Amino acid sequence: MNIYLDNAATTRVCDAAAKAVLDAMQTDFGNPSSKHVRGLDAGNIIKNAAKTIAETIDVKPGEIVFTSGGTESNNMALVGAALAAKRRGNHVIASGYEHASVYNPLISLKDFGFEVEFAPVDELGHIKTDELVAMIRPTTVLVSVMYVNNEVGSVNDIGAIAEAVHNTNKDIVFHCDAVQAYGKYVIYPARLGIDLMSVSGHKITAPKGSGFLYVKDGVRLRPLIFGGGQQKDRRSGTENVPAIAGLAEASKQYYNERREAVERLFGLKTMFINELVKINGTHVHAVKPEEDGSFSETEVRKTAPHIVSAGFTGARAEVLLHALEESGIYVSSGSACSSNHPGISGTLKAIGVGKDLLDATLRFSFSFSTSREELEKTIGVLKEIVPFYTRFARK
Amino acid sequence: MTYRAFLIKYSEIGIKGKNRYVFEDALCARIRENLSRIAEGFETVREQGRIFLSCPEDYDYEKTVRELKKIFGIWAICPVKVIPDNSFESLKKTTGDYVEEVYGDKEITFKVEARRADKRYPIESPKICSDMGEYLLGRFGNLKVDVRDPQVRIHVEVRNNAYVYSEIIPGPGGMPVGANGKAMLLLSGGIDSPVAGYMIAKRGVTVDAVYFHAPPYTSERALQKVVDLAQIISAYTGPIRLHIVNFTDIQLDIIEKCPRDELTIIMRRYMMRIAEHFARECGSLGLVTGESIGQVASQTMQSLNVTNAVCEMPVYRPLIAFDKQDIIDISEKIGTYETSIEPYEDCCTIFVAKHPVTKPLLHVIEKSERKLEGSVEALVEKAIETVRVMNVTSSRIYDKGTPYAKE
Repeated sequence: MNIYLDNAATTRVCDAAAKAVLDAMQTDFGNPSSKHVRGLDAGNIIKNAAKTIAETIDVKPGEIVFTSGGTESNNMALVGAALAAKRRGNHVIASGYEHASVYNPLISLKDFGFEVEFAPVDELGHIKTDELVAMIRPTTVLVSVMYVNNEVGSVNDIGAIAEAVHNTNKDIVFHCDAVQAYGKYVIYPARLGIDLMSVSGHKITAPKGSGFLYVKDGVRLRPLIFGGGQQKDRRSGTENVPAIAGLAEASKQYYNERREAVERLFGLKTMFINELVKINGTHVHAVKPEEDGSFSETEVRKTAPHIVSAGFTGARAEVLLHALEESGIYVSSGSACSSNHPGISGTLKAIGVGKDLLDATLRFSFSFSTSREELEKTIGVLKEIVPFYTRFARK
Repeated sequence: MTYRAFLIKYSEIGIKGKNRYVFEDALCARIRENLSRIAEGFETVREQGRIFLSCPEDYDYEKTVRELKKIFGIWAICPVKVIPDNSFESLKKTTGDYVEEVYGDKEITFKVEARRADKRYPIESPKICSDMGEYLLGRFGNLKVDVRDPQVRIHVEVRNNAYVYSEIIPGPGGMPVGANGKAMLLLSGGIDSPVAGYMIAKRGVTVDAVYFHAPPYTSERALQKVVDLAQIISAYTGPIRLHIVNFTDIQLDIIEKCPRDELTIIMRRYMMRIAEHFARECGSLGLVTGESIGQVASQTMQSLNVTNAVCEMPVYRPLIAFDKQDIIDISEKIGTYETSIEPYEDCCTIFVAKHPVTKPLLHVIEKSERKLEGSVEALVEKAIETVRVMNVTSSRIYDKGTPYAKE
């Protein structure tokens, strides 16, 4: 039995994407910059991929910059936009629970004379828009807010936040890390007021090393990578044609299946968390409970369909994780990207999770193919092991 | 200068009397084994207090020296020029060519040091030195003699062939692994135990290892880290038979029945017992640990005494008087440090008490241990039966599965 519930960390590449990758590696293997027909064929793959992806978010193909994934997109967006806007101001705001690939580039901006501030979030994991807006100064040039939080699955009302920011100062560049949202939500950045939007491929069954940044026409970015001037000078280096081909296929497939799959996942998530809280000492984060402690589907629908974050009082997350692993169930503790470091999750702290649950929280994340049966089995195993592993606590 | 051969000098094994061939054979075997990873065709010949190593065509000099520097028992590595014709005229000419090639027109002071292992050779050592010196002075204007403190010592050794060398690369010293029996190393994922394994191997001891794994409290990554560490030190120690013992049930039994502040001590006593069992199975003559007095609660004199009480075999503790920083320095030198500090917990830290006993009394610990009677024996037996064995070499890992499992 193998139940993979760590899809917010990465996903299995879908067949269509894998085939596209292989074709681009062995059949249309040319360098898009070459003048001969091999180069033309490879260039067409990129052109078509940009078109396919642009359609999914209703923007122009020229507004898509292919990158190596979420981290690069975030770096390109934040460092690039801040440095390009340096003459206008040196103040940057982000939400208080951003992913490390947003947080650390922002911190690095301090070396270039920027001031960075982080806006608070509430217990359900939503950024406090009023407080964010109140932080805006005349020198603020950039605001970054994530769409779906990767650790707890809370969803921000990005349109409302972007609007509030731009109402204060329309010149502020608004960036959104949509790594956990793209593919699960219909996101039209141009209509929502998003100027820059980061997407990672491997979260949506494209290969690792694929991703893109949406750059609204007219938004200036200082490039991070200089060289042969590919992608209109925005990101030099021979394009990763196989990854781009795979990304386009995966995006297409994701948006074809999205509506139905997400509907199904909301139902499964509601079932799953209602079963989870039946286990003694279990708390589900970032979903608003009813008075009796259960969860309604209405509330679940306000959160991401694919991420469940739950704390198990008295257990250690890593031990539970490995105990589940012994049953062939793969989950993560905190955020997989940071779980190599023993540091405690920033998001959980930011949303006010109690000290006893910080090191006792697991994240279960679903894919479009996660089944009810898999989740029921997982619940069964948890009901069995949680009481055992809370018995031997660290003293 | 391209060298095709090395003279390998060894230190202590030169003085081992009638057993000398055992040590020399062990050293030759280790040299051939380590170098076989780089290329085929290296050959060793024993030559009166030296090992002559001839190298295949196209061999990689840098890699060869790097491998040789890992072989215990080697005191010095000398890249040599071989002079097949022993006439003194040809010896002088070839030595001159060597000096020209290596030092060109650099201004250097030099001294010739000759050694005549072949006493049939008609010219005695002092005469070789003076005549050779004179020849070199005559041929090169950039050389000056300095017999007290020369910049370059040009060594001429007359054996079956004659050899010239001036570069002496220090080896690690010690004795060749395989020359001094076998011991069982208690290997954790920490900094100390791999260094302890390295140190004991330096005295010629073959190393096997045992690791105590506590899934799910310790992860597959923690195990992988230990395998990685074994692989790094196997470059020095030779192949390691690594025993992976599932310790979880024993640990939980102790936690449930014994005082928490005695947990680590009692755990370590069971680890020693199990390690000793496998030591016997493998023909080892002792246990090796990375303990150092006072480093942690379980390594005070009192704790070591209590832990040691369960062992019948000698327990070797090569790091016993080392400061932590000294151990870290060695681990950096041998390349285990980066791996040792990877942040995966080993089973010693999972349930550790805030204030473990630092001065345990043997009779108190034995009394606590009696609470385990009736349950722990079967658990130990099961842990022994289900042990997973891997043969770890520096180039490959052979997973032997569970060879002691009953049908």
